Amino acid sequence: MEWRWDFTFEILPRMLWATGNTLLAAGIGYLIALVVGLILMLGQRTPYRIVNFIVREVVEFIRSTPLLVQLFFVFFVAPQFGIKLTAWTSAMLTIGLHFGTYLSEVYRGALEGVPKAQWEACRALNFSTAYTYRRVVLPQAFPIALPGMGNYLVGIFKDTPLLATIGVAELMHTANALGAETYRYLEPYTMVGFIFLIISLPAAMGLRRLEAAVAKAQGKVKH
Amino acid sequence: MDTRHPQSLPDGSPLVRFADVTKSYGDLTVLDKLNLDIAQNEMVSIIGPSGSGKTTVLRVLMTLETINDGVIYVDGEPLTHMPSGAGLEVASESYLRQRRSKIGMVFQQFNLFPHMTALQNCIEAPMQVLGLSRDEAEERALDLLQMVGMDSKKDQHPTRLSGGQQQRVAIARALAMRPQVMLLDEVTSALDPEVIGEVLNVIRSLNSEHNLTMIMVTHQMGFAREISDRVCFFYEGKIAEQGSPEKLFEDPQNERTKQFLHAVLDAN
Amino acid sequence: MALRSCLIPFLQQLGDDVSYWGFFVEYAPKMASGAMTTAMVMGCSALLAAVISLIFGLMRLSQNWGVQAAATVYIEFFRGTSLLVQLYWIYYVLPLMGLTLSPFMSGVLALGLNFGAYGAEIVRGGVQSVPRGQWEAALALNMSPAQRMRRIIVPQTFTLILPPMANLTVELLKATALVALITVVDLMFVAKQINATTWLSAQVFGTALIIYYIMARFALIPFLRWLEVLAARKVGKA
Repeated sequence: MEWRWDFTFEILPRMLWATGNTLLAAGIGYLIALVVGLILMLGQRTPYRIVNFIVREVVEFIRSTPLLVQLFFVFFVAPQFGIKLTAWTSAMLTIGLHFGTYLSEVYRGALEGVPKAQWEACRALNFSTAYTYRRVVLPQAFPIALPGMGNYLVGIFKDTPLLATIGVAELMHTANALGAETYRYLEPYTMVGFIFLIISLPAAMGLRRLEAAVAKAQGKVKH
Repeated sequence: MDTRHPQSLPDGSPLVRFADVTKSYGDLTVLDKLNLDIAQNEMVSIIGPSGSGKTTVLRVLMTLETINDGVIYVDGEPLTHMPSGAGLEVASESYLRQRRSKIGMVFQQFNLFPHMTALQNCIEAPMQVLGLSRDEAEERALDLLQMVGMDSKKDQHPTRLSGGQQQRVAIARALAMRPQVMLLDEVTSALDPEVIGEVLNVIRSLNSEHNLTMIMVTHQMGFAREISDRVCFFYEGKIAEQGSPEKLFEDPQNERTKQFLHAVLDAN
Repeated sequence: MALRSCLIPFLQQLGDDVSYWGFFVEYAPKMASGAMTTAMVMGCSALLAAVISLIFGLMRLSQNWGVQAAATVYIEFFRGTSLLVQLYWIYYVLPLMGLTLSPFMSGVLALGLNFGAYGAEIVRGGVQSVPRGQWEAALALNMSPAQRMRRIIVPQTFTLILPPMANLTVELLKATALVALITVVDLMFVAKQINATTWLSAQVFGTALIIYYIMARFALIPFLRWLEVLAARKVGKA
């Protein structure tokens, strides 16, 4: 089978439009995940051990089961209970929840990365807990969290093709549709691969720069 | 190609010769046209402030680092360079492997292989590099472990050993390769004070009973004075002063040496 | 009001527990056989990924420019495109070029190639984090570069890379669910099938999630921890 450039250019507009949807899905999913992650992290730091335990187990459960199965669960189970969710809503909810568990770990790691002595110093200076968080802990934790947060943005982007399976009209869905319409799979699937490469390579490069910058700012420069 | 230096030294020359050796990192010169001869069976201590280039002397001799200029000779033949036409060119890896076997090194941080027991640490290179059989290698290693007083711990992994014990195994490991020159790089600096003695005792016996040629970088002034044939004081990549321990410690001539000895002895 | 309208059918479902046991008895064997296939896919692709990780991880560290570049291109390519895209490409596009693989083979190949690329970066990081002193000690004992790598560095790398490799293996187990989309009859595929005929979505996908969870938490993770303990014992740390 030969590559057909005329066909490639014919389907290019639809592919680009779908790329927009892919980026939109990744972006919205990420924003939800950022918030969900924060809630799940705080849920493990409450004064109530039973709450911390339950949240911890929920996070473990979500982290160790496949996103694809979760996607189907949310999409098909909600209507069973009389809740109508569109494909987009189910997708965003699932992505937000799934990656929220990962981000909660990133946040937790970052907070634990701030040395205990910093807390002790703040106690000694009689700072309130809120003030300690705002002025001392969070400014130090944020740079630690940054590379991990960036990683999961790219991670979500690379998992968006799964959304095709429940009918979100992103890149993979569009490629499937084009294949079904024209019986040509070579160009659509290869183009999807290329588009992913074009977006994720610079993103990965940017992430490495960010990591290096953060390491440098923290004085951990490697010689 | 370097034609300033001979392709080999005449008979009776020193075991180790640094000839105009320069080593620099960018703008920072660590060794500045260093000339240093070390005779067979000589025990030389190198002292000096940090950053004076004393550890670098050992590292370039072990070929852990390359030099920028000059030549190092071992046993009459060039080490860092190999003969090429009328002159010398930078040594290849295979040439280095031939020449390096004459040198052994003990490190400040011991650097024992953590996935091997004490005995395995000592037989690994003799078997892999010298091609000894397991029996031969073990016989040799057990003798050495006994000499350093570690034969009862031969089946322990390094993590189970104290710093002093690890360093003694590291000495046995280096000796198992039968080097002609032994390099000791601040071998007691990473040790707790109470175990320094056991390592120094082993080095004493190497010196008195085995007559090994040794170059030792150390902060232990008392030990350097007791054991050395010659002490070299390094300052800014050069030998500022050298001589017998009595001379250097009791009657230093160089202002820098005096300052350094004052500072070190005051601290103690 | 909205809450009540959601809750009532939910409670009805729960109260209808006879139907869950009925469901369970009827479909458990089918789901179990799907889970077996999932385990097979997982095992084969983990092996393939491990081999690829080691080879390409070491190639990334090669002094040879060409070897290093080849490894970098491979790793960046497979990390930069999405797993599902690679899976579809291998299953739908490769046959157009004359290479037809079974769904199972396609799935194992895609998973192995993809996770091998991630694993290679872990191997590279592991080798690079073996302390410099180990290289120096091996050199001081006059070992050749190959001996240093094989006898001293790689064995120590194992204990360093096992924890991140364990995380990656759990990710691999989760990713096996994608092979259902190219008709491998794994747990996910069976779940979709049952869902399509019964519409008992909560039961079927809920059960599937729990089976995946059990496989990860009570089989795979304990196995990986055991490997870590074994490796730690090898270096005398346990």
